[in-house]
Amino acid sequence: MVCDNCHERDAVVNLTTIENNAVRQLHLCEQCAAERGVETTVATPKHPLGEFLQAVQQQSGPASADAGKCAFCGLTMKDFRATGRMGCSRCYSTFETSMRELLRRVHGSPRHIGRPYRAPKDDVLEKASVLGELRDKLRRAIDQEQFEVAAQLRDRIRVLE
Amino acid sequence: MTLDLSLLPDGGVRWLDASGAHSDVVLSTRVRLARNVDGFAFTGRARDGERLRVLAQVRDALQQVPDLPQHFLVRVDELGPGERAMLFERHLVSKELAGLDAQHPLRSGAAVYLSDGLSVMINEEDHLRLQSLQSGFELRAAFAALDRIDREIGARVPFSYHPEFGFLTACPTNVGTGMRASVLIHLPGLVLTKEIGRVLAGLQQMGLTYRGLYGEGSEVVGNFFQISNQTTLGRSEEDLLDQLIRVVGHVIEREEEGRRVLLRDAGYIIEDKLWRAYGTLRYARSLTFDEAMNYLSGVRLAVGLKLIRGLSVYTLNKLLIFSQAAHLSAAEGRSLTDSETNLARARYVRRALEDEAGAVG
Repeated sequence: MVCDNCHERDAVVNLTTIENNAVRQLHLCEQCAAERGVETTVATPKHPLGEFLQAVQQQSGPASADAGKCAFCGLTMKDFRATGRMGCSRCYSTFETSMRELLRRVHGSPRHIGRPYRAPKDDVLEKASVLGELRDKLRRAIDQEQFEVAAQLRDRIRVLE
Repeated sequence: MTLDLSLLPDGGVRWLDASGAHSDVVLSTRVRLARNVDGFAFTGRARDGERLRVLAQVRDALQQVPDLPQHFLVRVDELGPGERAMLFERHLVSKELAGLDAQHPLRSGAAVYLSDGLSVMINEEDHLRLQSLQSGFELRAAFAALDRIDREIGARVPFSYHPEFGFLTACPTNVGTGMRASVLIHLPGLVLTKEIGRVLAGLQQMGLTYRGLYGEGSEVVGNFFQISNQTTLGRSEEDLLDQLIRVVGHVIEREEEGRRVLLRDAGYIIEDKLWRAYGTLRYARSLTFDEAMNYLSGVRLAVGLKLIRGLSVYTLNKLLIFSQAAHLSAAEGRSLTDSETNLARARYVRRALEDEAGAVG
């Protein structure tokens, strides 16, 4: 069926209007419907991931250069195509060439220019992990009403802090 | 574990109090940051033990953050389905974290830190989803609150970060800044004047996107739209926020213009329709969720146009949240069938409006 308005494109929208108690059926193409303010996509907004996965599917050539598995989590590009999710941060290095191309398609640029980040140094992390362990022990000691042990643990935590 | 949301100011819904800028049009502003802890597989691929270690690391880090406003941890994985649904209905956790999404069953280690206007979801699609919710159109304030907590946690927990790609996330659509900033906006003027299609198409050209009330995959009901940035990489956080502020500011102007046109060209018809919506809410005995949303949308518009006076926007905002199924079940103290829910909803809405009915005119 062709559009009742432009008589050129295929009609995809059936518009029912009521004017002066008369029901009128209009068959419109997407463009003419939009011109009348009928938005055909309101109820089903564009899904960014859908478009994105399409981009993944269309990708060919360089993708095969990334054949193989992530050494850390075992993810393959096939897994990624099925779920649209990377398995771990290492995947981004393992499949770097594909990812750079993909990020360019999805975001328009593969380069982060937002806030830079530097992970905390090892000694900070080590201290945090010791502190975490001590705090776990402290919680357990309090739960088990071992208050003497708890007091000692609390002192050690204070020194480290 | 039982859930006690009374520990939060206003039960965690202070973002509905209509105190922010343009709150007659914009309900709320939300900014979220996606982060992952280095050294673990992303949540979807992590083993139970890894998720619990992520939770322990984040918990320890948060305990060391100075001057954090009152907050508490909710182990979502230890809650029953009704309580998880309540957290979701209050926009405090995502559907995925609440385990309400058929594709994503509840995960062990799923948890959320709740504080006034700030929450940190743990073991969502990414290890951390930090989010800030504010009343009205307040993108900069929402981001500032979030940026601080992000830096504090990031100084104690190593985040996954790539020098070229930025912050790494499970889904490549979030890579870079990991930031999604959105405003929940009520656009009945643009819908009724049929301008909405053009405005939404314009958003997409500007690299922005829109969704329904509950984010990704949800339908548009009651003329509520969530407008957010589509891309997260290749532009700075400030740039992304600036653009959203500019475009949403423009959408607000268009909406106000649409409302003026409605009043000018169809004054008494609109007035009649909106009062009928109010009358239905005030006296109906059974209301479906969609019906309630649509009538509430009408009444909200009437309050904005000053056609109905003496009714607070806060009351209307709260009705959006508290008239949902899980909240009604909790209020009745038992699970309800669909038709019982509709009866309970109508009763709840009637009572809420009755309280302010004396002043309405």
